[in-house]
Amino acid sequence: MSAGGAAAARAEVLGRLRTARDAGAPRTAPGPVPRDYARHGEHDPGSPGALALLVERVEDYRATVTRVAVAGAVAGAVARLLADAGSVAVPPGLDRGWLGGTSAAVLVDGEPRPLTAADLDAVDAVVTGAAVAVAETGTLVLDASSQDQGRRLLTLVPDHHVCVVRARDVVGTVPEALARLDPLHPLTFVSGPSATSDIELDRVEGVHGPRRLDVVLVG
Amino acid sequence: MSTTDLPLPTVRPAHAPPGVGHLRGTRPFPAEARESLQDTQLRRNLGKATGVIRAKRAAVVDEVPDWEALRLAGSAIKADVMARLPELLEELEAAVTARGGVVHWARDAAEANAIVLDLVRATGADEVVKVKSMATQETGLNEALAEGGVAAWETDLAELIVQLGDDRPSHILVPAIHRNRSEIREIFLREMPGVDPDLTDEPRRLAMAARAHLRRKFLSARVAVSGANFAVADSGTLSVVESEGNGRMCLTLPQTLITLMGVEKVVPTWSDLEVFLQLLPRSSTGERMNPYTSTWTGVTPGDGPQEFHLVLMDNGRSGVLADPDGRAALHCIRCSACLNVCPVYERAGGHAYGSVYPGPIGAVLSPLLTGITGGDDPNASLPYASSLCGACFDACPVRIDIPDLLVQQRAASVESHGRPTGQDVAMRAARIAMTSPGRFRAAEKGLGLGRALGGRSGRITALPWPASRWTSSRDVPVPPAETAREWFARTRPGRER
Repeated sequence: MSAGGAAAARAEVLGRLRTARDAGAPRTAPGPVPRDYARHGEHDPGSPGALALLVERVEDYRATVTRVAVAGAVAGAVARLLADAGSVAVPPGLDRGWLGGTSAAVLVDGEPRPLTAADLDAVDAVVTGAAVAVAETGTLVLDASSQDQGRRLLTLVPDHHVCVVRARDVVGTVPEALARLDPLHPLTFVSGPSATSDIELDRVEGVHGPRRLDVVLVG
Repeated sequence: MSTTDLPLPTVRPAHAPPGVGHLRGTRPFPAEARESLQDTQLRRNLGKATGVIRAKRAAVVDEVPDWEALRLAGSAIKADVMARLPELLEELEAAVTARGGVVHWARDAAEANAIVLDLVRATGADEVVKVKSMATQETGLNEALAEGGVAAWETDLAELIVQLGDDRPSHILVPAIHRNRSEIREIFLREMPGVDPDLTDEPRRLAMAARAHLRRKFLSARVAVSGANFAVADSGTLSVVESEGNGRMCLTLPQTLITLMGVEKVVPTWSDLEVFLQLLPRSSTGERMNPYTSTWTGVTPGDGPQEFHLVLMDNGRSGVLADPDGRAALHCIRCSACLNVCPVYERAGGHAYGSVYPGPIGAVLSPLLTGITGGDDPNASLPYASSLCGACFDACPVRIDIPDLLVQQRAASVESHGRPTGQDVAMRAARIAMTSPGRFRAAEKGLGLGRALGGRSGRITALPWPASRWTSSRDVPVPPAETAREWFARTRPGRER
């Protein structure tokens, strides 16, 4: 389409909508949005109650949760989860201490070159951190601009995702999570492994995303 | 060039033009429904599926103590969006453009399809991978791309089943809800190249067959087409809510991403998503949260598509916005909760509605988008595809008063006829009476006359024309001695409003 045609389409759509906005205006203008819903949950961020609820809700999606008390114990938990993995991809800023116990070959995104989808299709697992986790919904949020979560395809193509979540990043509710996130970064909200209910509404775990999701909760 | 130099074009709100896309079937609802009601397999599949999802939804909604507050907020946010839709779209356009995206505007389905085809051609690709999207179903994009020599691959499992079966979607969320596992197995065995001939009808095996079939496509695709669940005006952030990961594949791996959305999908701010990301998953799949929600803003260097196009489409939405009663239909977030609770949908199935938007919301949204061109317009019959039981309103996460809209659209349907039928007159009278408490009270007063006509038998056996066409074959019970309103006033004095 010509530039002039595109400009005409824009002007016409906006013109129609301006006319319609006024022609269809309700007799009383809408008031302020009532936000009487709960911004904060029953449990404070990082509290034992929030962590327990997160574990329950993540496991409900048939993902696993391994709890470790201190950062030093992450490597052992990760190693156990990667026992069957021959190779593992990681984002460049991942705490390398977390990989101390694994014997899998480690591919670091960007070192020396960015991993491709084909590279990732051949690795067995990926290990990342998380930006925030939502206890009520069992959701992990990955921020692609964060160095320990990495580009979006890292956590998408491999069939097994090990996600390390720090207790201080666990909030109760969706509103608390969004308030901590930057919308300008690419974000992925992950609630359990990939799933479909398209066949007779029977839930089947694992379609195109990772079929296995393991969470390591620290603290 | 500056857009302000152009002469001011026609600015009348418009309906979706006929002849393109899938907002209208070919036959009226009763004719379609009569056929689907005879399909016992279809009724069994639908009954089972809607029953399962109703129970799941009820369980996860019941555990949210502030559900009603969330519904009220969702409804109010949408009303606010409608009140400043053009301004929010300009804000969205500026934000997306500032982050490296390109925004296009489409007056209707044909223009949207042409824009997408041109964009695909410009990349040199002859195929695209697609995320399930109501907007692209509405415009008939796949057919338009095929005519232009571009193959579109649906990647959502249900959409794949529909596409391979050369079928039509019958549900907003679960487009293949009318197919059971053995039917799906047969479609895969027949249409999926290289599929394992020993494929069983176990859902897990079927899903794995789809995974293997699409994996190569994802890893090699250069262009993806998606819809959008939400677009945030102030940040330019787009969002796709999904389950399988096919959406993430499409939004992440190709070089070019083209997103087509109806203009009503915009929300003002990022924090508004805190409401909808709670309402949508629980209402649609009956989950606390869907497996994957992706959000992205323009282009991120080194991560995901390096070229991003956003197509903002009217296609009748301005016409709906101009209708003071009807504009609430634009609040719909396409969760499909109203389909799953509707006794008419459960029995008739989605195909009977003709449009890609079936069920209670489709019965109002489709005729609102297209306008009703006359008594023989298939969409004129849709507002009658309801018993007005009200279950759809109770289930709607943004409190759209669908029963009220159905009554309004019945009146619109009547007005489009040349000569009104008896039912038309009755519906119009009911609309007039029921939209004001004063008028309703006056109408009730007239009921006393009916008691006199009935005499002591309590039946009315003959009424003057045109009502004689009814009483010639049936009796009419006399109205009760007391109206509900009078009973209420008598038994609860001082409380009548």
